[in-house]
Amino acid sequence: MVEANTTVADLRTQFGNELTESSFRDNHRVHVPPEKALDVLTWLKEQRGFDMLVDITAVDYLEYPDATDRFHVIYLLLNMTTKERLIVKVPVNLPDAALPSVVPLWKGADWMEREVYDMFGIDFIGHPDLRRILMPEEFTTFPLRKDYPLKGFGERHNFPVLTRAES
Amino acid sequence: MPLELSEVSDPIAADQEYLWTLNFGPQHPATHTTLRLVLTLDGEKVVGAVPHIGYLHSGFEKLGEHLDFNQYVTIVDRMNYISPIANELSWHHTVEKLLGIEITPRCKYVRTIFGELMRLHDHLLNVGAVALDLGAFTAFLYAFQQREKIYDISEYASGQRFHSSYTRVGGVLFDVNNDWVEKVRKFVREFKPVHAELHRLLTRNRIFIDRTKGIGVLTPEDANNMSVTGPLARASGIVRDLRKDEPYLAYKDFDFKIVCARGGDCYSRYVVRMQEMLESIKIIEQAIENIPAGPINIDAVTDITLPAKPAVYRSIEGLIQHFEVLMPNRGFPVPLDEVYGATESPNGELGFYIVGDGTVRSYRARTRPPSYIHFAIFPHLIRGHSLSDVVAVLGSLNIIAAELDR
Amino acid sequence: MAVGMPENVFLTRLDAAANWARSNSLWPMPFATACCGIELMATASSRHDIARFGAEVMRFSPRQCDLLIVAGRVVMKMLPVLQRIWQQMPEPKWCISMGACACTGGVFDTYAVVQGVDRFIPVDMYVPGCPPRPEQLIAAVIDMQEKIKRTGTLTGKEFETRTTHMGPQPFDVDELRRMREMVPVEGLTIYDPPKLN
Ligand code: SF4
Repeated sequence: MVEANTTVADLRTQFGNELTESSFRDNHRVHVPPEKALDVLTWLKEQRGFDMLVDITAVDYLEYPDATDRFHVIYLLLNMTTKERLIVKVPVNLPDAALPSVVPLWKGADWMEREVYDMFGIDFIGHPDLRRILMPEEFTTFPLRKDYPLKGFGERHNFPVLTRAES
Repeated sequence: MPLELSEVSDPIAADQEYLWTLNFGPQHPATHTTLRLVLTLDGEKVVGAVPHIGYLHSGFEKLGEHLDFNQYVTIVDRMNYISPIANELSWHHTVEKLLGIEITPRCKYVRTIFGELMRLHDHLLNVGAVALDLGAFTAFLYAFQQREKIYDISEYASGQRFHSSYTRVGGVLFDVNNDWVEKVRKFVREFKPVHAELHRLLTRNRIFIDRTKGIGVLTPEDANNMSVTGPLARASGIVRDLRKDEPYLAYKDFDFKIVCARGGDCYSRYVVRMQEMLESIKIIEQAIENIPAGPINIDAVTDITLPAKPAVYRSIEGLIQHFEVLMPNRGFPVPLDEVYGATESPNGELGFYIVGDGTVRSYRARTRPPSYIHFAIFPHLIRGHSLSDVVAVLGSLNIIAAELDR
Repeated sequence: MAVGMPENVFLTRLDAAANWARSNSLWPMPFATACCGIELMATASSRHDIARFGAEVMRFSPRQCDLLIVAGRVVMKMLPVLQRIWQQMPEPKWCISMGACACTGGVFDTYAVVQGVDRFIPVDMYVPGCPPRPEQLIAAVIDMQEKIKRTGTLTGKEFETRTTHMGPQPFDVDELRRMREMVPVEGLTIYDPPKLN
C-alpha cells in the first residue's frame, strides 16, 4: 500500500497537481484529466511497470449524488512483479465523449474499449477497429447509459413472426 | 508441427484472392455455446479470424443496477454457468468489501470448499469437452459423472442442483450439516480414482497429444500484455494466482501449490487444469476436516443478514429485523464509494467493480469477465494453424458464452 | 376373421404407423445457448441418458433433425439465427422450449432478451424451470412422443390448420409499458451536461 502512495506522489510531481488521489478499502485511485490520460498511462506502464491492464470500464454518473462529470472511464492496472494495483479514473463528458485509445500500450485493451464504446458511446481515438461488439450493428443507442431504460424501447420484439403455415 | 508465424502473418496475404472465408457458428457443436468466428483460410491454414460475439448478450450489468445485492446473486450465477457458485463468491466478496463486512470463519471455510468444488466442476467439463471435440467421447462421460456428484453436493446444501444462489451478503443461505460433510468426504474419496482414469485416457494418448501439443502457443509477454489470467496464464509460465497473491476467504490456512507449465499451448493448459484439480481436492480435504464451529452468518444485529428463524417467530425484535432486511426501502447502509474486488475463479480473475450510491442496489455493477478477455486473444492464437485446430484452441480457452457476453 | 391372418402380420392405419415410427426416433437439434444447454448435456450423458427414450441422436445440422430444443435464452442478435434454423428443418418438425428463459424470458427482463421464443416461432412443448432438471426434459420428450402419436398424420395435415404460432398468445407487455409509463422514444430527455468548474 505504501508503494501505491509513492506511485501517486511521483505521478503528481511528474504531471502536476490536477491529479487527485483517493482510496477506499485497499483500492487506490488517481483521478486524471482527460488531456493527460494517455501520458499518465504511458508513464505508468513504462516507468512503473504496470504491465497488465486488468480492465477498462466506465460509469455513467447521471443520477449519482453530487457528480460533476457524466462519465468516468476507469482503468484498472496491475503491476505483475510487485502485484500492486492502481485505478486510474478519467472523467469524460458529452457531447463529444472521447479518449485516446490505449491499445498501443496494452493489446488487451482492444475489446475492453470496444465494449465501453458499445455500452456507453465513448469514442476511443486511435482504436484500430472500433465497432459495436455486444449489441447488433443496427442498434443506435447505448444501453448502459442511465437514460436508457432496463427494458429497452421495444427493440427486443422488433422481429418478424414465423408461423406454422409459413415454415 | 505448428507453422512458423512469420509464414502467414504477412498482412497482404489476408487480401489475396485465393483465400476463402468460412463462417463458424453461432450455432456449432464445437462452440458449445454461442459464438461466431469468421475465418479466412488459405487451404487448410487459418490466416485470419474475426470473432463476433454478443449472441448471448442479455444485459447482466444493467440488471445489476436494478436488483439489490442479495437478489443479484441469482443473476451472477447464470454468468459462468459451468461454475455457478464461484461467481457468487466473487460477487459477495466484493459486496462485503464495499460494506466492510468480515464474514465468520465457518462461512469462510464453507465458501472455500464450494469455491474449490466449482473449480473441479469447471475443469472437469473443460477437460471432458476438449476431449469430446477432439473425438474422445469417453472422457466426457467420465467427467460428467463426477459433475453429477458435485451437483448433488450443491443441491444438498442449497436446494438447487445447478444455480444454487447459495451465498448471501454476510453469510450463506443455509448452514451445512454433517451429512453434507460426509457427502463431500465421499466425493473426495471417489474422485481420485476417476481423476487417475481421466489421466490414463488422455494424458499420454497419442492422438490427443498430437492434436494439442504446440497448438495455440501463448508467450508469457503476450499473456501479460493481453490481460490473460487464470489457468491460461499459468500454462504460459506466469506465476499468478489470486488465492496466493491476495488471499481471500480461508486460502491462507491451506497448503496448496500454484500449478504452472511452460509450454503455453493447448496441451499445457490441459495439464494445468488436470493438475489444478488435484490441488483443489487437496484444499477440500484440508478444509472439510477443519470446518470451524460457530455461526455461519454474521451477527444479525448488523441489519445485513436475516435473523435466525426462531428469533423471527418468537420475538418482536427478530420479526422487525427480518422485515428491516427484506423491505425494499430499508436494508443496510451502503457507503457512497466504489470498490473493485476480485477472486480467482476457475477461469481466471473474476472481478466486480461496484459503485455504491447509498441504496441497497449497486449504482453500477461491472464484471471483469475472464472469458471475454480470453476470447479476444483467439485470433492471435489460431493464426497459422490449420482449420481442425480451431476447436482445440477454442476448447482450451474455455469460453463460456454467458460470461463472454453477459 | 374369415380369412386367417398369417402370424407375423398386423394391420394398422398408415398414420398410426408413421406416428409410431416418428415419435420413437426423435432426432433433437440442440439449440443450446446458455445454462440450460449444460443441463441438456447432462440429460444426454451418463446418469440420465436420454437414449432410453430414443432421442439421443443429437444432430447439429438442422437439416437432419425433427425436434428443435431451444435451451437457454434467446437474445436479439440470436433470434434471426433461431428462425433460420427453424426454417431449415424439414417437416415434420416440432419444438420444445426448455427453461424459463426460452419460455418467457425468465429472470432476464432486459432490453436484449426476447421474452419467450413462442412470440416468433411455433412451440409445441414448454418445460419450466431454471434450469429444468434432466428428468423434466425427459418427461417433456415423452409428452412430445405422446403428442405426436395423438395428433400426427402422415402428410402433416395437422400443421396446415395452425396458421399462427402455437401456444398462448403472448400479450405484448412491452407495448403496454411503453404506452403507460415510459418516456416515448422521441421525447427522450437528452442529457444536459452538468456545469464543470
Ligand atoms: S432458464 Fe435459467 S438455466 Fe435456463 S438459460 Fe435461462 S437462466 Fe439459464
